[in-house]
Amino acid sequence: MLDINHVSKTFNPGTINEKKALVNLNLHLKEGDFVTVIGGNGAGKSTMLNAVAGVWPVDSGSIVIDGEDVTGLAEYQRARLIGRVFQDPMMGTAPNMQIEENLALAYRRGKKRGLGWGVTKAERTLYREKLKTLGLGLEDRMTSKVGLLSGGQRQALTLLMAALQKPKLLLLDEHTAALDPATAAKVLELSDTIVQENGLTAMMITHNMKDAIAHGNRIIMMNEGRIILDIEGEEKKKLTKADLLQKFAEVAGVQEETDSVLLS
Amino acid sequence: MSIAAYFASLNPANLIKGIPGSVAQGIVWGLMALGVYITFRLLDIADLTVDGSFTTGGAVTVTLILMGCPAWAALLVAIVAGLLAGLVTGLLHTKLGIPAILAGILTQFALYSVNLHIMGGWKGAANKSVNPDQYALLISLRHVPKAIIVGAVAAAVIIAVLYWYFGTEQGSAIRATGSNPAMSRAQGININSMKVLGLAISNALVALSGGLMAQYQGFSDINMGRGSIVIGLAAVIIGETLCDAFFRKGSSFSTRLIFLVIGGIVYYVVVGVVLWLRLPSNDLKLFTAAVVAVFLAVPYLQKQAKSSFRQAGKAALKEEGTTHA
Repeated sequence: MLDINHVSKTFNPGTINEKKALVNLNLHLKEGDFVTVIGGNGAGKSTMLNAVAGVWPVDSGSIVIDGEDVTGLAEYQRARLIGRVFQDPMMGTAPNMQIEENLALAYRRGKKRGLGWGVTKAERTLYREKLKTLGLGLEDRMTSKVGLLSGGQRQALTLLMAALQKPKLLLLDEHTAALDPATAAKVLELSDTIVQENGLTAMMITHNMKDAIAHGNRIIMMNEGRIILDIEGEEKKKLTKADLLQKFAEVAGVQEETDSVLLS
Repeated sequence: MSIAAYFASLNPANLIKGIPGSVAQGIVWGLMALGVYITFRLLDIADLTVDGSFTTGGAVTVTLILMGCPAWAALLVAIVAGLLAGLVTGLLHTKLGIPAILAGILTQFALYSVNLHIMGGWKGAANKSVNPDQYALLISLRHVPKAIIVGAVAAAVIIAVLYWYFGTEQGSAIRATGSNPAMSRAQGININSMKVLGLAISNALVALSGGLMAQYQGFSDINMGRGSIVIGLAAVIIGETLCDAFFRKGSSFSTRLIFLVIGGIVYYVVVGVVLWLRLPSNDLKLFTAAVVAVFLAVPYLQKQAKSSFRQAGKAALKEEGTTHA
């Protein structure tokens, strides 16, 4: 469903701030894969998701979604294939617009926006049904401005919007990091439900190793712009936090070695 | 002159006589305010093109009427001219990466020359008058009641069209672009196209307003649009403030648009009163700018009053005082 082929991206090349964010990255997702992505700060997790979403062009390599090469497409052109939820709950919705208007915007993702009504009567019924599944009472506030909602409510709404027009790929970029633990757990559970019910292919970045192990069928660990660990299926189910931490230390150890080689 | 003598010299009859004229002008500026609202509130762009495109609308309208073109057709061409002006600003901003406010200033600056040429061909002309006795104008200060009716009908039609358009898929996409650009891109909206479209529609309305104003006053002048952004903003702010005062629980989009035109009327009635009081008219712009600045600052100051470092610091001091006492 997703093929990342030899993708590299360097920020601020040729300057003192040069940062090799992605280094010859390769990743292939099958349809229905739900991958959790872990790694330290600056490992390239968000950069990978942004490369797939098309926030900026990559330096080299190609990105293929469902057989379609999207490397040369701008963010808004790829949007028809991709649903996204951001770390910042404020980023995924339009605060000055009503809940139903936000849903209607998402419902038209990848479609031509013409001079038909922005929200139709039939859609409202659909949105009411969908909002009910969130269990937040939003179905009774459909004409409220989204800016009035809490961070958790906005994040739940963004999730709903991301899946409203079934995407080929769902990208979750630490989407529970800004929420309190109880809300985070609820949003995470909702993410699981939405992915499973729609049979979505998804990638989820998280800093919580427990969550990374508990969710999805595959886990990858990134470091310095590369994937250093890729475990799936039965093997993933048996993983423990200790295993991951050990692996993480191993990688850090390798780094120390290279450092010492360089310094000697 | 003593104060008593000054008040005695003011004639209330003159004030009342002047009101219909203020209303007519206010409606025409209200149309301009609708244009400003699209960029300033819906797109979140302060577009300074309007100072030029307002004059362009007037210049095109008067020039075409003098050439024998019917007034309504002249206005249609003025609308297209405004559309093009907005398009230029939009392309400078989105295709060449020039900050929106500078892009508007550049277009406005260039339009000064363009407007001179529109009115006077290659040689250029700074103004052009059109005699309402010789040409069939849609509105004129000679027939104020008719001007008010025509203006009100035009405002009603435009408000209806804007209400419809910003409820469509495309109009919603423009509003989303102004509300959250990152989200809009993620939903597949080409935000650059939406900005260009919004700027074009806004300036089309401003040019229409300029075309009506030129007919109303019987001439177009190279400086007629100077500072129009401030007057447009004043109308928007007055209209919104009144709207919020009347509808505390929030108002529909159409009500808001109607109040923008009312904002234009209130502004011109106030200007009428200021002139009637024989306050120095040279200071009118200073007065208007001060009023707009105050109203633009109010939301910020209200927020500051609720939460600011100074407040927090004071509260902390007070708390310390009580605990140590």
